[in-house]
Amino acid sequence: MESEKKEISVQGAEVPAERTRPRRIYTPTVDILESEDRIEVLADMPGVDEASVELTLEKNVLTIYGKVEADIPENHRLAVSEYGIGDYQRQFVLSNEVDRERIEAVVRNGVLCIRLPKAEIAKTRKIAVRAGA
Amino acid sequence: MLLSEYERIGRFLDPWREFERLNRALTGASLPSGRDFPPINLWTGPESSIVTVEIPGIEPEAVDIQVVGNTLTIKGGRAARELKESEAYHRRERWAGQFVRTVQLPYDIESEKVEARVSKGVLTITLPRAEADKPKKIAIKTV
Repeated sequence: MESEKKEISVQGAEVPAERTRPRRIYTPTVDILESEDRIEVLADMPGVDEASVELTLEKNVLTIYGKVEADIPENHRLAVSEYGIGDYQRQFVLSNEVDRERIEAVVRNGVLCIRLPKAEIAKTRKIAVRAGA
Repeated sequence: MLLSEYERIGRFLDPWREFERLNRALTGASLPSGRDFPPINLWTGPESSIVTVEIPGIEPEAVDIQVVGNTLTIKGGRAARELKESEAYHRRERWAGQFVRTVQLPYDIESEKVEARVSKGVLTITLPRAEADKPKKIAIKTV
């Protein structure tokens, strides 16, 4: 968490505003993988499906937000609780090497997978040198 | 470690456990040391109990549920991803490995009627109380 905050402030992005819904917000655990041509983010967000997850990219801040509808069984009382029910939110700062137009995301079994392809510019480029006239 | 309210009242408070529980509640962390994965919520009702388990990314076929007497056992695992040559982790927070979680209820479970379903990475198991184990109302006869 600390490091994220730092990254955001370094980038000069605004502090995320508070949500109006009075809900708990959890930070989903993530794996971030980088390969030659893309960066992949996997986030554990149980209770979220494709309709309730929101991805926004503003300036260079990618925000993941997942809304969870609490499924409270009728006539039952919570006796033991190891996890809380609430929404998910997490933000990451993208570097310029991500091709913003081609970002893709998939949700499956409560895991969000975001693929961030690297822009052509970021891939190694060879520059031809011509002989001057 | 599952700790029901019944148990908590029935014995001395274990300060370490209490501390751990408080710590978890205060940080609001969804954060799994291996022992705590997957996290379980237990709901109790008059006729049944409902166990909900967060198992994101685990296929239903990979989960084994067993009921014996008053005990529910959930087994499964989530494999770590195999990295290709060019891949490297920047962050690795998601849990991976094998787990076994056991929940003991204060009554016997009607094992024939146990139902389990998975939706959006949340497993819900309904555990009805065995007929034979339900409290019976005793009629008082007037003499």
